[in-house]
Amino acid sequence: MTQLIDFYRAAMKQAILVQFQYRAANYFYMIGMIAEPVIYLAVWSVVAAAQGGSVGGYNAGALAAYYIVWTLVRNMNIVFTPYGWEQRIRSGELSGLLLRPLHPLHYDIAFFAGWKVVVIVLWLPIAAALAWLFQPTLAPTAIEIAVFAVAIWGAFLIRMMFLWLLGLISFWTTRVAAIYELFFAFELFLSGRIAPLALFPDWVQTLADWLPFRWTFGFPIEALIGQLSLAGLLGGLAMQAFWIGVGLGLLAVVWRSAIRRYTAVGG
Amino acid sequence: MDVARIIATFARIGILNELQYRANFFFQVLESAIGLATALIGLGLVFRHTTVLAGWTPPELLVVMGIYGVMIGIVQAVIQPNMLRLAQDVLEGKLDYALTKPVDAQLLISIREWQVWRFTNAIAGLLVIGWALLWMQASVRLEQIIAFGAAVLCGVIAIYSFWLILATTSFWVIQIESLINLFEGLFAAGRWPVSIYPSWLRALLTFLVPVAFAVTVPAEALTNRLTGSTLALAAGVALGLFVIARLFFRWGLSRYSGASA
Repeated sequence: MTQLIDFYRAAMKQAILVQFQYRAANYFYMIGMIAEPVIYLAVWSVVAAAQGGSVGGYNAGALAAYYIVWTLVRNMNIVFTPYGWEQRIRSGELSGLLLRPLHPLHYDIAFFAGWKVVVIVLWLPIAAALAWLFQPTLAPTAIEIAVFAVAIWGAFLIRMMFLWLLGLISFWTTRVAAIYELFFAFELFLSGRIAPLALFPDWVQTLADWLPFRWTFGFPIEALIGQLSLAGLLGGLAMQAFWIGVGLGLLAVVWRSAIRRYTAVGG
Repeated sequence: MDVARIIATFARIGILNELQYRANFFFQVLESAIGLATALIGLGLVFRHTTVLAGWTPPELLVVMGIYGVMIGIVQAVIQPNMLRLAQDVLEGKLDYALTKPVDAQLLISIREWQVWRFTNAIAGLLVIGWALLWMQASVRLEQIIAFGAAVLCGVIAIYSFWLILATTSFWVIQIESLINLFEGLFAAGRWPVSIYPSWLRALLTFLVPVAFAVTVPAEALTNRLTGSTLALAAGVALGLFVIARLFFRWGLSRYSGASA
């Protein structure tokens, strides 16, 4: 266990140093990503204004807060892409990963977790600029900040594992793009990415409760902007723990049969 | 005349190349269908809460969405693949192969790639436009169709020029992944009429990134909103961007020195 912690500490430190060198590239990427929430924010602000100031319980300030926090949560949601598995398998890169002493998942989690530290630091000035432009109403309590700080890492872990699971399909077929796009389309609506889940019909909200998506996206945002009661905050963390467990269980099963299908020459 | 013949030849070769991979067509149709369903659900969600969005009714917004589909289809089939190949060639020093040909370099680097299956998005977009027009029970006049065609042409030229400027930056810095991310992120703003955005953003989307001219102006042509002066402005911006892009590309080219290809 201490060995594993030492490994994570070293690997994350390495990723932080590497990614901090590429701050320009990281910034470029983050700025390209800001367009999406700004579009949603513009649409829903117009709707809110037309509805007498608020829509689904969100007024202009709350919408601005939602989509500014969105930018950080979206960044925490970026993990190893399922499209990357084709390359890992085809190039034989996976052979090298398999020879290492730890499960390859550890290397991916540690690398991306280190990268996230850099992303959070780089995000702060962007958040300040967005706050100046869109005037959010945001007054989190200490417990909301604490839950948010934990929840963004829970979100990171859940999405990491589910996109890993999705990527493992590449061991059976390379025609994966349509499957991935379908998954991302479901996620877009059921996570709270396109709009706060409160704006959806009740049955969609109920469905979202039973799927992992909202716990990786909507939940951390709602936690920080003050949409949740204490029970909601703690219940959300419990749901995150539950989905981390489900992810680990599924991965253990699927990984074993996926890896049996793998053969490579060289790599 | 020569230009048209060269483009036709490259298009033919590109299409023949892609026709080898017919199964890709079905997967592309599937992806287009998912994209279309996503866009329609998004629009449905907005109109659950309101009846008009900044003066645009549901079928009118469908027109905007359809034109966005047409544009993104054209961009992904021809413009984007060529521009990414330009950036890749600069990175690998392979641009020499294009430069040594006895044709205008800009023409050649703009027509080498044809991902024809991507046009399914454009066809889906046209179907959406047709559906929206039926829904509005609009009788479209001939001059509206001509204006629409002219606006689409101006839009395509403007986007092409914008992409060329982005891709030309590769002569200084290589950022291929970021280029796609940046373009697709900004262009997604075209899913909605630019009038919904705050004024500073609208100015940005009109003159810096030609989203307004690429999507909103053609939509105005079909929904009786277009004035002659807007169309003239669209033509002016398209021409201006094209000239800037061409000059910038030449400047970038003068910095290029392929080491070994």
